[in-house]
Amino acid sequence: MSKTIKIDGVDVPFEDGQTIMDAALAADIYIPHLCHKPGLSPHGSCKLCTVDVDGRAVSSCTMPASEGQQIANNTPALKEVRKTIIQMLFIEGNHLCPSCEKTGDCTLQALAYHHDMLDGHFPQFYPRRNVDASHPTLIIDRDRCILCELCVRASREVDGKNVFAIAGRGIKRQLIVNSPSGKLADSDIETEDLASHICPVGAILIKDHGYEVPIGRRTFDLHSIAETDLEQVILKKTVHHDA
Amino acid sequence: MNSVQGAAPTSDLTSASYHDDHLLHRLYALQQQFQHIPASSIGALAAELCLPLAQVEAVIDFYSFFHRTARGRVDLLFSNCTSCGDLSLMHDLCQRLGVVPEQTRADGAVSIGEASCIGMCDQGPALLANGRTLTQLTPLRLEQIAERIEASTPIEQWPAEWFHVHDNVRKNGLLLGTTFSTGSALVAALEKGAQTMLDEIIASGLRGRGGAGFSTGMKWKFCREATGDAHYVVCNADEGEPGTFKDRILLSSHAHAVFEGMTLCGYVIGAKKGYMYLRGEYRYMLPELLAVLERRRKLKLLGTAILGQSDFDFEIEIIVGAGAYICGEESALIESMEQKGGVPRVRPPFPVTQGFLAQPTVVNNVETLAAAAHIAVHGGGWFNAHGSDKSDGSKILSVSGDCTTPGVYEYPFGTSIQRILDDCGAEHVQAIQVGGPSGTLIAPAEFERKLAFEDLATGGSFMIYGAQRDLLHVIQNFAHFFAHESCGFCTPCRVGTTLLKNGVDKIATGHGTQYDVDELRRMAALVKRRSHCGLGQTAPNPILDLLQRFPQAFEDRLVHSDFEPHFDLDKSLQEARRLTHRDDAEAHL
Repeated sequence: MSKTIKIDGVDVPFEDGQTIMDAALAADIYIPHLCHKPGLSPHGSCKLCTVDVDGRAVSSCTMPASEGQQIANNTPALKEVRKTIIQMLFIEGNHLCPSCEKTGDCTLQALAYHHDMLDGHFPQFYPRRNVDASHPTLIIDRDRCILCELCVRASREVDGKNVFAIAGRGIKRQLIVNSPSGKLADSDIETEDLASHICPVGAILIKDHGYEVPIGRRTFDLHSIAETDLEQVILKKTVHHDA
Repeated sequence: MNSVQGAAPTSDLTSASYHDDHLLHRLYALQQQFQHIPASSIGALAAELCLPLAQVEAVIDFYSFFHRTARGRVDLLFSNCTSCGDLSLMHDLCQRLGVVPEQTRADGAVSIGEASCIGMCDQGPALLANGRTLTQLTPLRLEQIAERIEASTPIEQWPAEWFHVHDNVRKNGLLLGTTFSTGSALVAALEKGAQTMLDEIIASGLRGRGGAGFSTGMKWKFCREATGDAHYVVCNADEGEPGTFKDRILLSSHAHAVFEGMTLCGYVIGAKKGYMYLRGEYRYMLPELLAVLERRRKLKLLGTAILGQSDFDFEIEIIVGAGAYICGEESALIESMEQKGGVPRVRPPFPVTQGFLAQPTVVNNVETLAAAAHIAVHGGGWFNAHGSDKSDGSKILSVSGDCTTPGVYEYPFGTSIQRILDDCGAEHVQAIQVGGPSGTLIAPAEFERKLAFEDLATGGSFMIYGAQRDLLHVIQNFAHFFAHESCGFCTPCRVGTTLLKNGVDKIATGHGTQYDVDELRRMAALVKRRSHCGLGQTAPNPILDLLQRFPQAFEDRLVHSDFEPHFDLDKSLQEARRLTHRDDAEAHL
């Protein structure tokens, strides 16, 4: 008899060492998430995967599953919390979906759809952030960066490099490049690296590839973010883009 | 002493306990020499310390005391704490010297800015001058400072008495009133053995004095039982909670007890190395602390074969922070020790199993370690004969704000708030912030409540606000503090503390409506419940407490309409007026 946790009343089996998120994904139960990607070390920063375990708020991507946990996930209250967190991510940056090449393929945008978000609700912060177009095949548009550190982790853990880091404190946190000039062109990143493709929003894009898939036929025009096998679909697609 | 010659200056402090190969120390030396971190020095420094460039860049931007552009040759940082700060003095001095806050004067002679609480709440207003502490500021003193700046007199030649920091111990208790004989705790430990000593600490009921209140004995036990290549003891001397300064007194006048507590912990958990993480604001104490460590080495209380015991080695090193409140959080502190920005780690694993360098680590507060040293000598029974049912022993308080005798007071747990107010000469008290901004704001109806983990817990901060204080202004100060100190790792705290700050600002400036109060309440609840660490989880407390206990403080400022925009339309036309050189009536709304 395997061990189980209960998510919204449903028994979900798990193995020792799995997080709540791992167990949920394996059981095809969707817990909204943004900074988490299976295969990379869990981060726990975006807090979209926040769930209530026996009444206590935890991040399901970092909390180990343990026998008997009673987990509230898909509740109206948590949906409202997550919608607010998504709105916070939108208004702290400069996100202009209609003019972004990532529209329709963007995880942040897809999460907003999923949570019936109709506006940013809060006053915009309008931060000033720099673009780095120095690299021949890649571009960083920090206006769209949500500080999920997927590129940071992909570069270190999969590509075996250390191209990205997050610098600064608080609302001034920003993505930086580990190179003498701080420019991407001076780093050892390559187009084939996972870090070049993993950005869930449009902050790191491949140059010279735009609008190859028409709006209306992109990932989240055809799929809901709640389809738990999407991770591979999204990755394959971005790889295909610059093939 | 590390003697590597490199791109960055090294410090002139020579000690076995202060190492120049720590990134924070090298950046401090650069900042001191060049008034900023020159971009040209970063590459060589990273290479010399074998750190990724981006890590050095990230650290420079994380800590408040490092700058990208040159500060003045005299860099004054006024505390903006409600107890040890007075920004009207700062603005007066700025005007006198022709300085815009946070901008270096064109001649490079001076810059003036703000710092979060610098721990001088019993002798404010206070500031840091090139990192050195000046207390009890008066308009006259600022005039004298201005004269010296204009005369280009180096800070080293300013009168020494300006930099004097008083202890201001007003009431001795169990710890402060008991003489500690240097070495006595280690003698007792060697007599009884590690296991018996651990049992004694557990039996004493000692709980962490930083505020969280975890059992110290159990923490030591978990760490002792954890396997690893090495074990570490860390003394958390990053006393950053506004209104807290009790560790300052323990470090200045009871350092032997603190270091002995660390060594005792090392003996119990099997560690050979301990670190004290000292907040940058207390750097002025570093030479004396290093001298105490040197004396302990000579007394065979530190180093190899302590007290002649061939298998008892323990060294202590001091790491000095650089202006980041979050580093008081134990896992952020460990990150900082590892030469990174102070971002709290995901827990579990906890530091007792995976702490410094992923090894089992005990992180204890200064006061906790001093208490442990006393318990080793006098026994657990001596300790828990004092206190309340669930809170054993005593608590050292930092009392500040509107009272006649601010200073350090030690009380047994279970003491009533009113008793403390009587002792420090506080009258017509409107409210008290117990435990600092992250603690609890209480109203007079609650002054019979007790100082205890089970009632009003505090890491030591006790800030008193008299009848004349504007409580909304106080809470606004705290909201700014948390937004400034949030590490920015998780969304709720990074964005939420700024939204809370903006919301309180809007109401405090007379533009808020009931809608804004409701929004504030909703955001406060989210940040409190969904944040990654204690900073975010407590940052909304002052707002929620004020809403609950002093709703009038908000109500009085509200505009009684349904909605007010966040921006002032007329004010936002200012730039257009400036560009068109117009200021006539038609250029205004």
